[in-house]
Amino acid sequence: MNATTLLNVADLHVRFATPGGYVKAVRGLDFELAAGESLGIVGESGSGKSQSVLALIGLLADNGQARGTAHFSDRDLLGLTQHELGTLRGAEIAMVFQDPMTALNPYLSIGAQMALVLRRHEGMASTAARTRCVEMLEAVKLSDAARRLDMYPHELSGGQRQRVMIAAALLCRPRLLIADEPTTALDVTVQAQILALISELREQFDTAILLITHDLGVVAGHCDRVLVMEQGQRRDYGTVDQVFHAPAHDYTRKLLAAVPRIDSPGRQGDLPGGDALLKVQDLSVQFRLPPDRWPGRARQLQAVDQVSFDLAPGETLGVVGESGCGKSTLARAVLRLVPASAGVVSLLGRELLPLRGAGLRAARRDLQVVFQDPLASLDPRMMVRDIVAEPLESFHPELSPGEVTQRVARLLERVGLEPAHLNRYPHEFSGGQSQRIGIARALVCEPQLVICDEAVSALDVSVQAQIIDLLLDLQKELGLALVFIAHDLAVVRQLSHRVLVMYLGRAVELAAAESLYKNPHHPYTRALLQAVPVPDPAIERGRQRELLGGDVPSPLSPPSGCAFRTRCPFADCRCAAERPVLRELDGSLVACHYAEEI
Amino acid sequence: MSAAADSVAPRSRSLWSDAWVVLRRNRAAMTALCLLAGMTLLVLVGPFLSPFTYDGTDWDQVSSPPSLANGHWFGTDGLGRDLFVRTLYGGRISLLVGAVATAVSLLIGITYGAVAGYVGGRTDQFMMRIVDILYALPFMFLVILLMVLFGRNIVLIFFAIGAINWLDMARIVRGQALTLRGKEYVEAARAGGVRGGRIIRRHIVPNLLGVVIVYATLTVPQVILVESFLSFLGLGVQEPMTSWGALVNEGAQELENAPWMLLFPAVSLAMTLFCFNFIGDGLRDALDPRDRSA
Repeated sequence: MNATTLLNVADLHVRFATPGGYVKAVRGLDFELAAGESLGIVGESGSGKSQSVLALIGLLADNGQARGTAHFSDRDLLGLTQHELGTLRGAEIAMVFQDPMTALNPYLSIGAQMALVLRRHEGMASTAARTRCVEMLEAVKLSDAARRLDMYPHELSGGQRQRVMIAAALLCRPRLLIADEPTTALDVTVQAQILALISELREQFDTAILLITHDLGVVAGHCDRVLVMEQGQRRDYGTVDQVFHAPAHDYTRKLLAAVPRIDSPGRQGDLPGGDALLKVQDLSVQFRLPPDRWPGRARQLQAVDQVSFDLAPGETLGVVGESGCGKSTLARAVLRLVPASAGVVSLLGRELLPLRGAGLRAARRDLQVVFQDPLASLDPRMMVRDIVAEPLESFHPELSPGEVTQRVARLLERVGLEPAHLNRYPHEFSGGQSQRIGIARALVCEPQLVICDEAVSALDVSVQAQIIDLLLDLQKELGLALVFIAHDLAVVRQLSHRVLVMYLGRAVELAAAESLYKNPHHPYTRALLQAVPVPDPAIERGRQRELLGGDVPSPLSPPSGCAFRTRCPFADCRCAAERPVLRELDGSLVACHYAEEI
Repeated sequence: MSAAADSVAPRSRSLWSDAWVVLRRNRAAMTALCLLAGMTLLVLVGPFLSPFTYDGTDWDQVSSPPSLANGHWFGTDGLGRDLFVRTLYGGRISLLVGAVATAVSLLIGITYGAVAGYVGGRTDQFMMRIVDILYALPFMFLVILLMVLFGRNIVLIFFAIGAINWLDMARIVRGQALTLRGKEYVEAARAGGVRGGRIIRRHIVPNLLGVVIVYATLTVPQVILVESFLSFLGLGVQEPMTSWGALVNEGAQELENAPWMLLFPAVSLAMTLFCFNFIGDGLRDALDPRDRSA
């Protein structure tokens, strides 16, 4: 153990006692962390990456047991009592969790929660604590720090809450900061801000960082060394350059190959021609919300604001944007799952919005959907056969049960499942298998158009890659048109012929995928592309980033004129006064007054 | 089904069978279930084991204390009627009230609540305001009014209690249906062209049954108590037929000279209520997926 080693973990085992016996989460893990260094622990869900770290600081669930050694400076963390750990946690080792909303107490103001740490570890009086909290909030670049102290967690945005969490973690100048998926719940532009902040604070406070994540891109840009975990074991361990450029283990190679990269070209050929299959014109969706106070006027939330696009048979249109931009609502409005307030949607020349009852049901045959959460989209009380057969039974009541079963079994095989799965229930399947069932259900009536709403977002990268392959195969084979909605720009690039970028319910850019990724016209598209991390340390180091500041404004009170102007570096008074419309520029459609000059 | 599927298909576990496994592990709930099954059986066949009838008078043994010698195991009441048989008959009525009234409230409550919750919007508002209005009516007053209008009739009591209890059920079901309506599998079914009625039957109702069953097991004792209360007030079953509530009422009046007249029906009643509550607790643990810590 050399002099600068801060944490030395050797032969760490973690297991959980369950009624069915012991479940081994971590099996013999070794790693070291030097003072001021940052180590990324990467793995897919269930790899044991979080449990190994929770074990170190004594936060395992009640049925968990850890053994091995973990020397932090000169003490063995695993041998400490809960009381000793308690004085260590927060003071010398601090932690930032994934979801800043659940990690903050909603009933306490920000200042009160932060002061708790100082009182516990440094016995600080409230005025002194307050000064220190303000300093720390300023260090994490939260504007208006003194006023924020008296706010409650729900008054802050997700990115701001994560800044508060980081500030609280750093209050006592810990020597080790553990960040467990700190940006997974955040949008990509906010993720870039937070990661940049963590790297900066690391230098400022000389804190060692243990960054746990599933995202290889995050590690490439922000860590010195990487530990790759699979099934509770170490698969690869070394500097980022070693691991990314010369991985020692097959698993790492597979993982790297499976990660969709934003800088690799798409996998779709030329844009298929032909008459438009789906035409959407000026589609708007408004939600009525109850008034702030009663009596008062109902508020209007403009979730989708005059969006137009069309889609040729066999084409994939990617729809991207940050959370709350209206991309899912757009899909639901096209599917007639939420009512549209204005606009025209026509499928195969037939207008969908005026349809009611039987006419609507008939039209739905050609229009199917795959949802994000594979488990939530399958009825837990039904067997796979009945789930997949349901659309078939409603559109083809003439089929006998035997014929239905046969068609379902054939389709299950086509999407990579076995006919033996017919009588199983959804909870017996993994996420990837469940998503295959969802895809089978969407395809069973041979629709012309399938809308995938974040269909691969909830899956691990290796499974995600398989599902993307499956979708591409099926599209080629059946001539399907796809609307592929995702927040992951790299995935969208792989799959799409054209891409629609949305911001606050509006379409800001619509262009062929390759030209959009190589030469984005809208400042928002540019910022979005720059914020996406690339799983390659060499590229990450050389990247010049113009980070977007701030958060997405509330859709209840969108900015006047251009919706993006509050975060746009190029905005001027024209952008505030005049709303830009989509116009053509180099074969793309852009909604920006200054697209040419940017 | 293909031959391959038949040969390898392992037994698949539905959520119901999982819940049963969890319930089996709960000692209190399983004991309660066995006791309740025993009680039901005894109430059904028990009267045939005794030479006495529920309304026959044994003039030689008026107000006899419990005795094995004279065959009145639970003793007799002031009219010389055998208390063992009467307790079992009373149990029949009480359990029947519990079952029928709960079934009635389930039937109305699930249908009403599921429709209101799934359809939503104005329909939901309208349907739930009706429930609110019905809630405002004083229940006892309503039952007494029904008794006065139609005369004392045990069947009427069954339905009167059920018809009041469905209000709670409808509210619970409606709340569940409202959350289920937003689930992706329901949206997928809508996109798959499934009709509203079928969605309610196939997706909404099966998925809220768990909560409903738990609530129903807690409703049964509540209903039995209401019936006992009505009988205690003299509004329930008519002599010589009896129920546990009516027996407790008679026993309470003779407490000083014939305590056994209160003891046996009261113990039976309390035991049954305990059983239902334990089963309800066990079912809640077994059916609530959030609580599955195993």
